[in-house]
Amino acid sequence: MAAKKFPVEAGHIMMFARAVGDPNPIYHDAEAAADTEPGKTIAPPTFYQASAQFDPDYFLRPKIGEPWFGSGKEPTGVPPTRTGGDGGTGLHAEQRFEYFRHVSPGETLTLKTRPGKSWERQGKRGGNLKFSENITEYYDESGELVVRATGVGVRTEKVVESD
Amino acid sequence: MALQASKVQVGDTYTQKLTDDLSRTQIVQYAGASGDYNPLHSDEIFTTKVAKYPTVFAHGMLTMGMTGRMVTDFVGDGRLTAYSVRFTRQVWPGDALTATAKVDAVREEDGQGLVDLSVTTVNQDGDVVVMGKATAKIDP
Repeated sequence: MAAKKFPVEAGHIMMFARAVGDPNPIYHDAEAAADTEPGKTIAPPTFYQASAQFDPDYFLRPKIGEPWFGSGKEPTGVPPTRTGGDGGTGLHAEQRFEYFRHVSPGETLTLKTRPGKSWERQGKRGGNLKFSENITEYYDESGELVVRATGVGVRTEKVVESD
Repeated sequence: MALQASKVQVGDTYTQKLTDDLSRTQIVQYAGASGDYNPLHSDEIFTTKVAKYPTVFAHGMLTMGMTGRMVTDFVGDGRLTAYSVRFTRQVWPGDALTATAKVDAVREEDGQGLVDLSVTTVNQDGDVVVMGKATAKIDP
């Protein structure tokens, strides 16, 4: 599951740009943005990932009234089997964006997601690694493809060793 | 300010310091803005006791986002046509990160000038934390 609709909002872009440490006024000052080449506020390059906010089922956000796998009274709020209690972890291996144009506040994007390739290999620090691609395409209100995002996730057998 | 083909050469580099001391609070800020509340990034108790990592660590996408600032500062607003990275190493609170773009090619496609960049972000030890590529529209 993913968000079906992604309303692009000025305040969200401002907060996102702050979080990634980007002070460029095009992301938070509409007047300054008017003097730039795009002529208006645009989304920063990785903003599209924040469509997760609009996915009602996004598994990395606590749901109201449901147990959460982070800590509360206990180090985790759910049984270990659901957290990969074997020490294995799902991590983000790779991310690719293709931009057909950059979007602005006030637009609502429609998302289409599909699985991509999957493969396995033996890793040095995390044991056997299982990779899988997930492709999300973002369409504007006129049905034009504006951005294609491809995420590659990896599932490790054990905790990734630091060296 | 967009790049001009006449003023860049293959091999040119552009470097930007992204942070001197990545704070846990910035990681929390990113969780809030992106919507990715995986406790591995903000919940020290879960991360050390359940997931068995030494401490919380940054979202890969935070490092990609921070690195994106360097890329867009270099190529100009609204100029990117592609940006991809591999996450090669975890980024921890306290890390200092520096991002560099290197010009791999200046070319033309359907009459549009493009610049291809290699993108690399390293930590304070010089270890690569993300590496990738970007392509942007460029003026003649």
